[in-house]
Order: sequence, then structure tokens, then C-alpha cells
Amino acid sequence: MFGKLSLAAIPLDQPIPMIASLVVVLTILGLLGWIAAKGHVPYLWQEWITSVDHKRIGVMYILLALVMLLRGFSDAIMMRSQQALAFHSAGYLPPEHYDQVFSAHGTIMIFFVAMPFLIGLMNFVLPLQLGVRDVAFPTLNSVSFWLTATGVLLVNLSLVIGEFARTGWLPYPPLSELQYSPGVGVDYYIWALQIAGVGSLLTGVNFVTTILKLRAPGMSYLRMPMFCWTSLASSLLIVAAFPILTATLAMLTLDRYLGFHFFTNEAGGNMMMFMNLIWAWGHPEVYILVLPAFGIYSEVISTFSGKPLFGYRSMVMATMAICILSFMVWLHHFFTMGAGADVNAVFGIATMIIAVPTGVKVFNWLFTMYGGSVRFTTPMLWSLGFMVTFVIGGMTGVLMAVPPADFVLHNSLFLVAHFHNVIIGGVLFGAFAGYTYWFPKAFGFRLHEGLGKAAFWCWLVGFYVAFMPLYVLGFMGMTRRMQHYDVPEWRPWLLIAAAGAVIITVGVVLQVVQLVVSIRNREALRDETGDPWDGRSLEWSTASPPPAFNFAVLPNVEGEDAYWRMKSKAREEGAALAEPDYEAIEVPRNSPTGFVCAFFATIIGFSLIWHIWWFAAVGFLGAYATFVVFAWRDHGEDVIAADEVARIDRANRTARAEALAGLS
Amino acid sequence: MTAVAHGHADRAPSDGGPASTRIVVGYGFWIFLLSDIVMFSAFFAAFAVLSGNTAGGPSGRQLFDMNEVAAETICLLVSSFTCGLASLAAAARYRFKFYAAMAVTGLLGAVFLGLELHEFIGLVARGAGPQRSAFLSSFFTVVGCHGLHVTVGLLWLGTMMAQVWAKGFRADILRRIMCFSLFWHALDIIWVALFTVVYLMGMVQ
Repeated sequence: MFGKLSLAAIPLDQPIPMIASLVVVLTILGLLGWIAAKGHVPYLWQEWITSVDHKRIGVMYILLALVMLLRGFSDAIMMRSQQALAFHSAGYLPPEHYDQVFSAHGTIMIFFVAMPFLIGLMNFVLPLQLGVRDVAFPTLNSVSFWLTATGVLLVNLSLVIGEFARTGWLPYPPLSELQYSPGVGVDYYIWALQIAGVGSLLTGVNFVTTILKLRAPGMSYLRMPMFCWTSLASSLLIVAAFPILTATLAMLTLDRYLGFHFFTNEAGGNMMMFMNLIWAWGHPEVYILVLPAFGIYSEVISTFSGKPLFGYRSMVMATMAICILSFMVWLHHFFTMGAGADVNAVFGIATMIIAVPTGVKVFNWLFTMYGGSVRFTTPMLWSLGFMVTFVIGGMTGVLMAVPPADFVLHNSLFLVAHFHNVIIGGVLFGAFAGYTYWFPKAFGFRLHEGLGKAAFWCWLVGFYVAFMPLYVLGFMGMTRRMQHYDVPEWRPWLLIAAAGAVIITVGVVLQVVQLVVSIRNREALRDETGDPWDGRSLEWSTASPPPAFNFAVLPNVEGEDAYWRMKSKAREEGAALAEPDYEAIEVPRNSPTGFVCAFFATIIGFSLIWHIWWFAAVGFLGAYATFVVFAWRDHGEDVIAADEVARIDRANRTARAEALAGLS
Repeated sequence: MTAVAHGHADRAPSDGGPASTRIVVGYGFWIFLLSDIVMFSAFFAAFAVLSGNTAGGPSGRQLFDMNEVAAETICLLVSSFTCGLASLAAAARYRFKFYAAMAVTGLLGAVFLGLELHEFIGLVARGAGPQRSAFLSSFFTVVGCHGLHVTVGLLWLGTMMAQVWAKGFRADILRRIMCFSLFWHALDIIWVALFTVVYLMGMVQ
């Protein structure tokens, strides 16, 4: 009846996960209770859960990412403190728990923090920058989001019911095969990623179509803001790479569930095929994450230097070159496989070549600032911190691209230091820059600058204190994922790294405080103009927060930096642009399809993890029924009347005209 | 979602504004199909790596019945033709011809699936199931994944017939018919690759 599921699946004997999950459950229940008591449920359902508005979906993605960042970060604190304590001792985390912690940390940080954070920013910003009213497929967008949320739910459920994978963030066989991982941990991993992966793939399809087919009149490819270009490259990579992940995980699933022999030791299975397949997805994934971040830096640096982006076309070329090259380097993740010197040399050189377009980008950002009037706001600080940090991380990457060097450093803490160096310094700093930069666009008020800057400095200093020792430890021969150790020379460096984690914690706390303080002081931080940073692209030409239809009239684009041109023109002519003729606008109607789909996807995932076959069938039936109900609806749009459009637009138009007059 | 939602229903794509809904939907579905083909290519790659790893068990040459495979191929190719007829009938708003062409398409798809199932059952009965060797694991997966797609296609086909019956040839339904036919033809392309890489090359090995 309940497959492998029984009461024994709840780890009542392990205090750490039990207390952690108790706190989480109580927090969620408390929050839900508060929402219900205050009567916010209808608002939440109508305005957020069923919303197909790309801006709302973007905000929900980022909220999800921020919550999961706290979860992944607490895993990091546990690892650092365990390694600080576990010298000649067992520490406080038993091996089977420690293994789950580092597996969950990597899985969560990549799939449920970095991905949703950047997809959230793309969701919010892309249609606004392109000057259109929504993404290509708004309801599909909502489905994507809720499927990602299902993945998050399953990963967190593993804390309370059963266990998570102990295989690392990529489940390498044969360790991940049934023979060596008989529990449900790997199954949780597989189904959480499979379901969230479908969401990511659909997002990629949606964004590629949006960018290539929906742009404001006059917005030719070479007039698109750089963030649109990098998002396009990232979305193309999603479309080309995520299906490989789906197929690879499906093969592992068949091995585990039906006794197939893709990656097994016996009957002709080939476990190195898993490494090849997973990294054929995994390496492009690195660029799926970092390319949108590069776009954010481009926007931020150009805006706060008061100059157009230097070398715009070379930036486009570099972006698309990285997009293609990212598919040609996957083997550098396992030089030690024994493919031979020739193969390793080809992949080593291909890897070093990626440094060329990346270098082009760094010089473009530097030259954008050169001669500009640079404003050192919080987003700009994140960008500057990124440039220094990322260059260091990139250089250690080129070092490891040399196969003989990699043979020494493979799976050492040097590698761990390298990829944290590029992912924190590249992706996370970019996400924080974008979060601070576009926050006033989403909510109509800025985040507190002082606290933002303090958080930045804690993160930057904390990062160096936490991760530079890991480079040293790598050279000293310490491998990754060690639950305890007996080498006295490592101890001081691990203590320094733990101190770095504490400094980062202060940064995280400051970010939470920043959000709370900013919400409380929102009237003082309010921006009426919709253009708080003197921006250059079209998202700043509409109100903050933008109306449901984004633009009362679609803007007409006459060149790069479209809104900057409009402002310059208005200043020169000494008057705001004339009021347009308002027309009624149809906006896509909200739909619970995404939420209901995710509900059934959760049922499917959970029952497949626990082998409750009949319940999985119920889930599939429900999902199909949801599609049919959606396909049968007769009205896909709501109409906003012309005078309502005019009323909403005029309020912002007045504030904007006054601000423009003040500037000139 | 309609083109009006983007503000320019009548605008031709050439003057640069957002494209019409029909183009957006077709384009998006093409991108999705490409991603699906990438997924198949991963299964093909796995098959190429493992096709020699029979672990002392039977090879493709000993197992494949080319007459049955030929019959499957004919079913699918003809179904693609009738699917094209269904698209033409929908474009001309001929309800009866649409139902007839879709029904024949579905029937041929079902016969294809029946033949494939027959082949699979026969293999398992002869001790050549997917658990026997890595070669057979990858064979069942790549062929079965195509079969699963045909099954989903049949479900979609039935749903589209019901939808036309209930709602008529509405603009959004015509777009879905367009996507369905793209999907069905893409399955044919995959089958041509399967036929070549799995069966023909398996016979000469």
C-alpha cells in the first residue's frame, strides 16, 4: 500500500535533522497561520500563487532562492564547523550525516539557489528590457516556477522523511547504484532534479522564444541590452544542455528501479559514460549560471559609470563564443579518467581558450568605467568585488586546465576553492548586484544603502578569509569531503576558513536586516519616478512597480540604450514626451494551472521515491486532467480599459516629467 | 495569450514589433522539439557506446526481426502522411475529413505501438530483456523512449479530436493542431534515425 514508506523513515534518533525540521515546520505553520488569521489567503491566491505575470513569478523565484540560500548556507556552516572540530576526533556530525550535508549543500546551492535566483531576475527583467508586455508563454512560465518549487519541496522533505543522497552533488556511479546506495537518498535527488529540470527546460524554451520573437518595435538584435544577450545565450544553453541531464538521470533511474546496466560494474555497463554525459550538461550549466550574471554586471557598470557599455559588439561576440565553447570542454572535469594525453591536451587547450572571451569582457567593463563618473552604490560595489575575485578564480581555473597540474589538484580542496571562487565571486555577487539594482523597480522603494554596503564588505572579506586557505590546503594534499583528519598542519588553515564563514554569516544577517529595515522605512526610500538610478534601458521607462501591462504604449526603439536616448531627447527639447493615445490592453488571465500541476508533480515524485506505484498513477492522471481543463478554457485574457490604462500611466508620467525637469 | 496582449495583433513581423501569436507558438514548439531531439541524442550516444557490450548475451543481429521493423516503419511513415492530411483538413475547416484523417493517424500509431510491444515481449520471453546486458538496456531505452513519445502523441491526438468536436476550429485549437503535427512528424524523424542506427547498423555488425 505505501511501498517502502513506513514510520521508520522518520529519523527520530537523529537530533540535528529533527530539530532543524521542527523549526522549519513550526515556522511554515506559524507563517500560514498568520496569513490565514490576517485574511491574506485570497490575496495570496489571486495575486501571487495563480499569477502568470512575469514580474510576480520573477519575485517568487527570487524569494524561493533567498530562502534556499539560508538552507544551503546553514549546510556550509555545518561543514566548516565540523572540519574545524574534527581533528583527531569524530566531530559532531557522523559520516553518514556529513555526507548528506555536503551533497545537499551542492545540490541546493546550484539547483535551488543559483538557478532560481538568475531565472527569477531574467523573468522580471527580460520583458521590461525588451519593451513588451509579457514572456511568450505566461502560463507555462507559472508551470515552470511551481515545478521548481516542487523540486525544492522534495529536497527539503528528505530532511524529515527518509534521507538525502550521500553521493556528492553529482551522483557518480557505481556509488549511486542500488548496490551501494540502497536507501531513498539518491531517489530523492533524482526526482527532485528531474521535476525541477523540466521546469528549467520549459523556462529556457520560453525565454528563447521571448527574446527572438517578442521585442518592441525597432529593437533589433544589436539594440538589445547586454542582459538580454546573455540571457539569450543562457537560455539557449538550457535548451541544449538540460535534456542531457534528463536523459542521464533517466538512465540512472532505470539502473536503480528496473535493473538496467547503463552505469553498473557488471553486464557491460560503463560508469565513465555517466561522467561524460553528466558533464556534457554540467559544464554548460556553469555558463547557464554565470552568463546572466555577466549581463547584470554589464548593466550595472554601464549605468553607474554614466556611459554606454564599452565594446558592445565585442561583448555580444564574447557572449556567443562562450555559449559555443562551453560545450567543448566537459572532459576537463575528469582528466584523470585516463583518456590519454592527446584527448586531455585538446580539452585542456579548449578550456584555456574560454579565458579569451572572458578576458575581453573584463577589459570591456574596465574601459566602461574609464573616464566615466562612477557612482559607488551597492550594486556597483558587488560588481567591483566580482571583477577582482572572478579574475583570481578564473586564473586558478586556467591553472587546473593544464592536465598535469590537474592530476595533482584533482578532487583536492584547491578545486573546491576554485569553483567557489567563480560561483560566489561570479554568480552570487551578480545575483546580489541584480537584486539590489532591480529591487526599486519591483517594489517602488530602494534597499537601504548603508546596510547593503556593510553586507557587501562582510561577504567580500569573509569570502577571502574562508576560501583562500582552501587553496593552500589543496596544495598541502587535503582532499574534498573529509569528515575528519589527522594532519596537524591542516588545522590552522581550517580554523581560518571557519572564521571566514563566520564573517560571511554576519554579511547574511546584515542582508536580512537590510530587507527588514528597508521595508519598514519604505516611505523614506520611495522612488516615484520609476528611474531611481538614472538608468539606460527600457525597464526604467515605466513606473515602479510596473503596471500589469508593463507599458501603456509599446516604446519605439531608435538605438542602443533606448531609454537614455528618450531622456536625452526630452531634455534637449525641454519637455516630456507627448501623451500617447491610450487603448484597451488585454493581459493574460491568471490561472492555477501551474500550482495544480506542481501539486500532482509532487505526488508523482514522492510516490516514485517511495515506490507507491498506485499513487504515482493518480498523480499522472491528475496532471493530464489539469492539462485538459486548461485546454478547455474559453477566455485566456482579461481586458484593462483604455481610461484605466490612462489613469495608471498619467500618475507616473507626471512624476517622471518633474524628475526630468529637475535634472536638466 | 494572444497577439493583442502584446499590443500588435496586425503588425507584420517585418517592421520589428512582437510577432503574431501563431508564429510565437510555432517557434516555441520548434525550440521544444529541438530540446527533445537533444534528449534523444543522449540516448543514441549511450546506445552507440554500449551497443557492443552484450556481456556474452545475444547481439542485435541475432535478435532483430527486420520484417516486423519494416512494418513498423511503414505504419509510422503513412501515419505522417495522414497527419498531414489532417492538418490540411483543419486549415480548410473540413470537420469530417479532419476526424477521419486523425483517426487513421491514431490507428496507425496504435498498430505501430502494438508491433513494438510485441517485439519487446518476444525479446523478454527469449531471455533478452533489458537486464540481460548493457546493449539491451540501451536498446530498450532508446526505442522505448520513442514508443513513450508515440503513446503521449496518441493521448494528445485523442484530446485534439475531442477538442475540435467540443469547440470547433478556434484559433487557439488550430495552433495546437499545428504543434501536434510538428510533434508527430518529429517522431518520424527520430524513427528514421532509430531504424538506421539501431536496426540497420545492428544487422550489419
